[in-house]
Amino acid sequence: MAFVERTVKEGDNLAAFFEGGEERRLTLTDGSRIAVIGGGPAGTFFTYFLLRLAESIDLDVSVDIYEPRSFAYQGPAGCNHCGGIVSESLVQLLATEGINLPPAVVQRGIESYVLHMDVGTVRIETPLQEKRIAAVFRGNGPRESEPLPVSGSFDGFLLELAASSGARVVRKLVSATSWDTGRPRVTCSDGTSATYDLLAVAAGINSQALQLFQEIAPGYQAPKTLKTFICEFRLPREALDKFIGPSMHVFLLDIPRLEFAALIPKGEFLTLCILGDDVDNALIDTFLSAPEVKACFPDGQVPAPACHCFPRVNVEAAAQLYGDRIVWIGDSGVARLYKDGIGSAYRVAKAAAKTVVHHGISAEDFRQHYGPACGRINSDNTIAKFIFGVSTLIQRVRFLRRGVLRMTANEQQRRAARRHMSTVLWDLFTGSAPYKEVLTRTFHPEFPAMLGWNLLAGNLARRRANGSKGNAHG
Amino acid sequence: MANGNLGQWYAKGHVVVRQGEIGDNIFAIQEGELEVVKERQGGGEIRVAVLHAGDIFGEMAILEKEQRNATVRTLTDARLLTVDKKTFMSRVHEDPSLAFNILRMMAKRIRTLNAKLGERRSRVDRRRAERRNVGTRRKGPRRSAA
Ligand SMILES: Cc1cc2nc3c(=O)[nH]c(=O)nc-3n(C[C@H](O)[C@H](O)[C@H](O)COP(=O)(O)OP(=O)(O)OC[C@H]3O[C@@H](n4cnc5c(N)ncnc54)[C@H](O)[C@@H]3O)c2cc1C
Repeated sequence: MAFVERTVKEGDNLAAFFEGGEERRLTLTDGSRIAVIGGGPAGTFFTYFLLRLAESIDLDVSVDIYEPRSFAYQGPAGCNHCGGIVSESLVQLLATEGINLPPAVVQRGIESYVLHMDVGTVRIETPLQEKRIAAVFRGNGPRESEPLPVSGSFDGFLLELAASSGARVVRKLVSATSWDTGRPRVTCSDGTSATYDLLAVAAGINSQALQLFQEIAPGYQAPKTLKTFICEFRLPREALDKFIGPSMHVFLLDIPRLEFAALIPKGEFLTLCILGDDVDNALIDTFLSAPEVKACFPDGQVPAPACHCFPRVNVEAAAQLYGDRIVWIGDSGVARLYKDGIGSAYRVAKAAAKTVVHHGISAEDFRQHYGPACGRINSDNTIAKFIFGVSTLIQRVRFLRRGVLRMTANEQQRRAARRHMSTVLWDLFTGSAPYKEVLTRTFHPEFPAMLGWNLLAGNLARRRANGSKGNAHG
Repeated sequence: MANGNLGQWYAKGHVVVRQGEIGDNIFAIQEGELEVVKERQGGGEIRVAVLHAGDIFGEMAILEKEQRNATVRTLTDARLLTVDKKTFMSRVHEDPSLAFNILRMMAKRIRTLNAKLGERRSRVDRRRAERRNVGTRRKGPRRSAA
C-alpha cells in the first residue's frame, strides 16, 4: 500500500508543513474542518471516534458528514444492503466502548446457528447460551414492512450517535472533489461546495462515488468487488419461531458457483444472502429449490420476496488508501473478506480517527499509523482465501461433509474447550474471530485426530447402513 | 424475552459476581440496576455502589488476574451482556484506547467512592463533635451542680 503523491503547491499551509522543525507537519488544529463522504458505519464510526478523541485532548474541530440517504425510508432507498449481522465480537467491543445496541435496533438476538448440508443438519449453540449476535436492518426495513421507530435502523442509530457527538449531517450527494489551494474541496449535486482540512472517504462500493477521485488522487484504485444477492421474505412470526428460531441458518450445498448462503431472521422477515461467483437468477433459483432450503419454510414453500437487491462486496482492497489530507475508510478502502464488514469498518475507522487526532493528516502519518490496521485485515484476508478454499472443498466432497457433520454433532455434548470443529465453524460463519485465529484452532492436536476418526466413522457407518439396506446412496 | 434483546436476563436478587471468585468476564449493563457490595470479614455487607444501564463491571478481576473484589447483585430484573476476557484482551493489545472507556468508568467509580468516604468521614466527625458537645453540656451542669 502506498500513498498518493502530491507536491506542495502555492497556497499550501507551509507554516503547518514545517512547523516545529519537523519535516512534514500536517495536523488538525483548533478550528480545523473535516468532511466525511458517506454516513454508513465507516463514516459514522470515524466521526464518532474522531470527535471523542479530539474532545479528550481539548481539540476543537468540526465534522460534516455528507449522506444523501435517509435511513428512515423503507426498502432499498433507505438501506445500505447487507445481511445485517453485527458480529459477536463487535457487539462486545461496542459495549466496552459504551455503545449498546438498543432493542429497537436489534431485530433479533441470535444465539445459535444451524449448518445445513445435504448429509444432514447440525445446530451449534454459543457456549454461554447468550444472545450476543445482533440481526439488524441497515435501513428502515424492507418494502411492505411496518415502519420501524425512527431509531430502528442500524445505520440511522450510528448516524444519530455521530450527530449527537457534535457532527453536522449534510443531506447531500457529493458529485465532485478537487484541490483548493492544497486543501480538499467537496462539491455537491446542488452546486454548493466547501473546502476542508481533511477529507475522509467512506462512500462504500455501491455507488458511483469512487469515480470522483480520479483527478485529485490518480493513484487511488477502487477495490475489486463481486456481485451478491440479498432478499427479504415476509413470514408470520410463529412460522419464523418454528422454522428458524433465534438462529442464523448457514448452507454448505454442492451448487456450482455458490460460495456461501445464509438465512437470518429479523422481526417478521427472513433475510437471504447469497455469496458466490457472479450471482445470477439461475444460481438463486437452483439454491431456492434445494430441499435443504425449502425445509426452512412452512410447507416447503418459498414465498415471493418482499424486497431484493444485488449489492457488491469488497473482495480485494483498494490501492493507495491515503494521501496528504485524504483517507479512504471502510468498504471503499479495505474490508474483511465475506464476513464482519461492519466490524472491519469499525476497526479501520477508529485507527484512522486515532491517526488524525494524535499524529497528523499527512500521507506519512497515515502510512505509519493507519496502514498497519489495514495491513492486518489484508493479511488476514489472505488466510481467509485459503480457509474458504477448504470450505468449498468440503462443499464439493460428500465424504468430507459427512465427517464434518458427525464431528460437529458429537461435540455438542462436550464442554466448550473441546468443541474444536464447532468453534472453527462458529467463528468462520459468524465472523467473530480473525481468520488467523480460525486457522490456528485447526492446529490443535486433537483436531486432525478427531476429524480423521469422524471421517472414517461417518463414512463407514453410512456404507454399512447402505449395504444392509441394499441401496447405494452417498 | 423480546426478540430484539441482546445478552441475558437475570432475576432481581441474582448474584452475578461473587466476591472471592475468579473472574473471566466483563459485564455491560443493558437494562436494570445492580448493587456492588463488599462482604465484611466478620459477616454482613456494605453497599459501595449502585450501577445502571450503560455501566460496566467485572473489569478489575480481568485486568489484575485476581479474585473478584466485590459481590454484584441485581436490584431489579436486569439484562446483561457478557464480554469475554479473550475478546477484550486481544483487542486491547491491538487498540489500547479500547480500555479508555473502562478507565473513565473506573475513575468515575473511584470519585463516587471518594465522595462517599468523604461524606462518611464528615458524618463520623459530626457525630464525634456532637457527642463531645453533649458530653461537655452534660458535664457542665453536673460540675455547676457540684
Ligand atoms: C451480500 C452482503 C452481505 C453482507 N452482510 C454483512 C453482515 O451480515 N455483517 C457485516 O458486518 N457486514 C456485511 N456485509 C458487508 C457490509 O455491508 C459492509 O462492509 C459495510 O456496509 C461497509 O460500511 P461502509 O460504511 O464502508 O460502506 P456503506 O455501508 O456502503 O456506506 C456508504 C455510505 O456512503 C454513502 N454515499 C455513497 N456515495 C455517496 C456520495 N457521492 N455522497 C455522499 N454519500 C455517499 C451511501 O449512501 C452510504 O450510506 C455484507 C455485504 C454484502 C454485499
